[in-house]
Amino acid sequence: MTERITKDMARNIYFGGGLFAILVFVGLTFDTVKQIPKLSHASKITKSVALGKKVWENNDCVGCHTLMGEGAYYAPELGNAFKRLGGGDEAAFKAYLAGWMAAQPLHVKNRRKMPQFHLTPTQVNNLADFLIWTSRVNNQDWPPNIQG
Amino acid sequence: MKYSSQMVAKPYFIFALILLAGEILFGITMSIQYIYGDFLFPMLPFNVLRMVHVNLLIVLLLFGFMGATYYLIPEEAERELWSPLLAKITFWVFVVAGVLTILGYLFVPYAELTKLTMNDLWPTMGREFLEQPTITKLGIVLVVVSYIFNVTMTVIKGRTTTISIILLTGLFGLAFFFLFAFEFSDNMITDKFFWWFVVHLWVEATWELILGALLAFVLVKLTGVDREHIDKWLYLIIAMTLIAGLAGTGHHFFYIGLPGYWLWIGSIASAAEPIPFFLMILFAYNMIKNRRIQDDNKIALTWAKGTAVVGFLGAGVWGFMHTLAPVDYYTHGTQLTAAHAHLSFFGAYVMICFTLISYAMPILRGRPHGNCAKAQKVELTSFWLMVIGMIGLTLALTVAGVMQIEMQRIPDSAHAMAFMDVQAKLSTIYIIRSLFGVMTFVGLLVYFYSFFVKEERVAI
Ligand code: HEC
Ligand code: HEM
Ligand SMILES: [Fe+2]
Repeated sequence: MTERITKDMARNIYFGGGLFAILVFVGLTFDTVKQIPKLSHASKITKSVALGKKVWENNDCVGCHTLMGEGAYYAPELGNAFKRLGGGDEAAFKAYLAGWMAAQPLHVKNRRKMPQFHLTPTQVNNLADFLIWTSRVNNQDWPPNIQG
Repeated sequence: MKYSSQMVAKPYFIFALILLAGEILFGITMSIQYIYGDFLFPMLPFNVLRMVHVNLLIVLLLFGFMGATYYLIPEEAERELWSPLLAKITFWVFVVAGVLTILGYLFVPYAELTKLTMNDLWPTMGREFLEQPTITKLGIVLVVVSYIFNVTMTVIKGRTTTISIILLTGLFGLAFFFLFAFEFSDNMITDKFFWWFVVHLWVEATWELILGALLAFVLVKLTGVDREHIDKWLYLIIAMTLIAGLAGTGHHFFYIGLPGYWLWIGSIASAAEPIPFFLMILFAYNMIKNRRIQDDNKIALTWAKGTAVVGFLGAGVWGFMHTLAPVDYYTHGTQLTAAHAHLSFFGAYVMICFTLISYAMPILRGRPHGNCAKAQKVELTSFWLMVIGMIGLTLALTVAGVMQIEMQRIPDSAHAMAFMDVQAKLSTIYIIRSLFGVMTFVGLLVYFYSFFVKEERVAI
């Protein structure tokens, strides 16, 4: 089959196909960026949510956990932590998270460990707001169940 | 060696191999923590080990690509490298920046590191694979720009070939898409979207062009097949790469808060992504069938074939397994993802570095006909140890992934098992994974040893 394709034909497929693919991808990128504010409820990104995102990044939580399925596979998914650990109740979740962060590392022999990050109560509150916001992003109803 | 400036490739190759040893050692350490959570904790928490593991991988591949380019470009351009001195300087700048960053990860708590490097001024840290301080990222840009400049000048002043043009296209793409590592926003979804512009558009678009060009170069040299013929294959491979791989980025956009049309576009486009990898197998075997010369460096050809085959397995087969949205709904972010990531990075990108090293190092060391038969035999052993080690590790992770999906993902909320409980059930499989990891490391040691196997003296 490839005997019938000449080098010039192959080059034209590359330039033509490549250009087409780039144009399609750029177009979709612009449309996606336009839709992100609505899908992610960007208007709900308060100062506290933004600060919580910083705490998340500055402590490299994603080096052990996944957030919406992305990250490391060493520790539980946290995109839906608000629903799993707080049952959808903001006050309950904040109390749980504060207790959890303070209790680390748990002293169970040979169990995987989460470090102690020495976060301030404000930082933990920001983190909770960030995870609450994350759990409400419209992401095609993923994960399939509460365990993430 | 035709041009003395090709010699600058040597330190790049050697350093890439040293980093690979480090990468695997950190991987083995992590695999032990997977089973015994107290191992090295709290001295080295898992996330720190992982940061070092994946950053070493990225940096070693960049060193490998750079070494390969500096070896190949003078021969393709039929002239000396534009500036061997610049290549030597960038080598040392990259080594120092890389070593300092890794030491920073190991000895400074990450939150401290973000303060120390003033991450707040331009917050790019705390993202998977892109954990580097912003200043290191700027250093990488500097190194890559000077490298591309050097290569471009050499090509402009010399002969241009299809291989060098495609290699350069890939390199410009690599540099361009890295710029998205500097994006930041208060909206995590925007960050996630553009994060893939670096990660996916590196490994499934621009790096694939580099891979194709490097593979073609070695095949030209080892088989002596007419360039017209090679060029045609190369264009077909990279055409399919771009057509499938760009819109194929959508296979990461299914469940992270992006528009629903990606479920369709991502599935359909990325379903074609195995094609270029399959074409690479046909390409390699077709060239070997039509070869005009019989090169004595047989092991380099083994690596070239291995790259095409294992690359296709890891990227094509293991990628396709979870690339359709309804499947990925259950497999997303499980050990199956880890299985695919390991075999694809190893098969395609680590193995192409081995191919170039095994082809070029003997020449750089004054053995134009390759290493002696005995050394090649040792190297063949290392080839199989590493390939079987990585395939075994991948199979173990695949079994772990399937079990995780069965217990944690498929049942409804009332019946699904919690993440940590599932992990506890997988410990036997994780032990097997570790053993295959050790096998891979032994393979690398045997590879190192093959460098020191002496020519046998023939008694007359
Ligand atoms: C070194 C790895 C590591 C890092 C880094 C890490 N965690 Fe964890 N985390 C764990 C492990 C392991 C568990 C499970 C612990 C257990 O169940 O005993 C866990 C559990 C959790 C849980 C409870 C999840 C559940 O479903 O029960 C929350 C909440 C959490 N982590 C938040 C965080 C946050 C926020 C950060 C960043 C500030 C973070 N973690 C960083 C390892 C880590
Ligand atoms: C050599 C080429 C490739 C490399 C190096 C590679 C590497 C990776 C890595 C590292 C990840 C995990 C990213 C993360 O941390 O979240 C990943 C995910 C993924 N890859 Fe690839 N990949 C390659 C090719 C392919 C191909 C050809 C396909 C499809 C046919 C594919 C399909 C996927 C999918 C669907 C995911 C997401 C899995 C999930 O939802 O968790 N990959 N890849
Ligand atoms: Fe991808």
